Amino acid sequence: MTGSAWIMLLGTWAVIGFFTGKFFLRVLRSPVRSDEPGQQ
Amino acid sequence: MSSRERWGTRVGLVLAMAGNAVGLGNFLRFPAQAAQNGGGSFLIPYLVSFLLMGIPLLWVEWAIGRHGGQFGHHSAPGMFDRLGKYRWLKYVGVFGLFTNLTVAAYYCYIESWTLSYVWHSATGTFKDVAAGEFFPRYLGMQEDSVLAVPREAVFWFLLTLGLNVWILSHGLQKGIEIAAKIGMPLLLLFGAILAIRGLTLGTHDPGVVQSPLEGLNFVWQPQPAGLLDPTTWLAAAGQIFFTLSVGMGSIHCYAAYLKREQDIALNAASAGWMNEFVEVILGGSILIPIATAYLGLQAVQAATAGGSGFALGFLALPSLFNQWGWFAPFAGALWFGLLFFAGITSSLAMGQPILAFLQDEFGYKRTRAAFTFGAATLVLGFVCVWLYPGGSFDEFDFWSGTFSLVVFALGEIIIFGWIFGMERGWAEITRGADIQVPTLIRPVIKYVTPVFILVVFVGALIKPVGRWGAAVRSVFTGEGWPLAPDSVIGRVLHVGDPEYSWFDAQGNFTNDFVQDATRGLLLLVFLGCAFLVWKAWRLKARVIL
Repeated sequence: MTGSAWIMLLGTWAVIGFFTGKFFLRVLRSPVRSDEPGQQ
Repeated sequence: MSSRERWGTRVGLVLAMAGNAVGLGNFLRFPAQAAQNGGGSFLIPYLVSFLLMGIPLLWVEWAIGRHGGQFGHHSAPGMFDRLGKYRWLKYVGVFGLFTNLTVAAYYCYIESWTLSYVWHSATGTFKDVAAGEFFPRYLGMQEDSVLAVPREAVFWFLLTLGLNVWILSHGLQKGIEIAAKIGMPLLLLFGAILAIRGLTLGTHDPGVVQSPLEGLNFVWQPQPAGLLDPTTWLAAAGQIFFTLSVGMGSIHCYAAYLKREQDIALNAASAGWMNEFVEVILGGSILIPIATAYLGLQAVQAATAGGSGFALGFLALPSLFNQWGWFAPFAGALWFGLLFFAGITSSLAMGQPILAFLQDEFGYKRTRAAFTFGAATLVLGFVCVWLYPGGSFDEFDFWSGTFSLVVFALGEIIIFGWIFGMERGWAEITRGADIQVPTLIRPVIKYVTPVFILVVFVGALIKPVGRWGAAVRSVFTGEGWPLAPDSVIGRVLHVGDPEYSWFDAQGNFTNDFVQDATRGLLLLVFLGCAFLVWKAWRLKARVIL
């Protein structure tokens, strides 16, 4: 693989990995309010 | 009644929404589209489209859904009826029934291929028969008549459809949510195993002719000239559009089972980014690298020239796995298993809006609604199965799975921003939000996203043969616009089909007949859905009187 291909791959994977992880962890960790799913 | 149903857990909701978005296209279409449209450069318009069109559309659809759910509507007609005072709004929502029903019909058929291929991979069929020979035989494409019935394909289709109906009949929490909680983690696990095994293939491994990293390079090597080509931008916007399952009515439906104060901003963002993770990171690392390792880059370039990895996925990969020795049956089962999970989590999301419509507007019990959906899908799906060799399947895919999505999304973004209004719309999106939605998104939803979708729509309407730049030049050189046969107008006018006729020289039906008959059927289904909406509101009016 060329250097530019590696840069595109790693840059894109980092951006997508970061936001996927950030939002999903927040879903897992966010406090469940009394009206949230799971508290029915 | 469906209005009493709720999601059991927040994770279940997000996985179900992500499962709705993650489909076969994540693994078969994305890598081929990226490779054929600028490689690494494709990812720049792709991510721009995701931020300016994908994410705003996700928030709009979640907001319309949760808003409609407060009035007891869990399908698009009722939700759109509540967005304004105009009577015609509910008929825009007909797209949310039509698209799900007709796409489910052919999607369940493809899903059944994956289930069948899990079986055939695990039992070693592809050791004796090349996948390229198996596929046309399986679909009945070697029969003399275009009207022949492929028995094995019908069996697997019935089994898959039955499984969908069974899960849907168990409801949101005990059906869809459990399927998503099982299917999505397994999909990620299967994808990770295949990606790691594929990318670590070396030229010392039996059968390997080239490093799989050459395949990865094919997907990721940036071609800066592509950034200035409208074809790249249209391809990227189109890919974002279809990968997120926007413009279908299924996201609206799932969101309608939330309460008024429950978050949609974070949930939508999480589901959307998860889809991107599966598509870009897993989808880009399996099919093309493995195929390149065994077939060589030139063969892979030729196989993906049309922008689809379908041929590689179904015709080449099952046989290539034979090189993996004892792991071959498992590898095939993992590959088609992950495609199956990607498929079924999407087809369930297509079924639920139909169930919800029958439950909300006609008072059906859940089981009855599930069987009604199954029966309707069976009839429509059988047309796909039966007339696949004649081109019926492609007609379903184009008019229901492509064209209708864009029309519906264009309609909904205009209605949301300009009729429902951004004051109310913004309040709807941000109410109960667990993340701060950037205020920049507000003008984006009102102005930028509609223009983005309009460009995609016009692009589909007048798509040229070859690159857009060359097409524009040919207008100035007096050669006229080279309309592509697969553009909307090209299809309607049968461009590129000079021998268009319903009958051949022997008086047998031709593919042209099958295609036109399928279009007529789809139009009837749309009108049938519109009639049901009209009838439902008429019944309500009588009850009120």
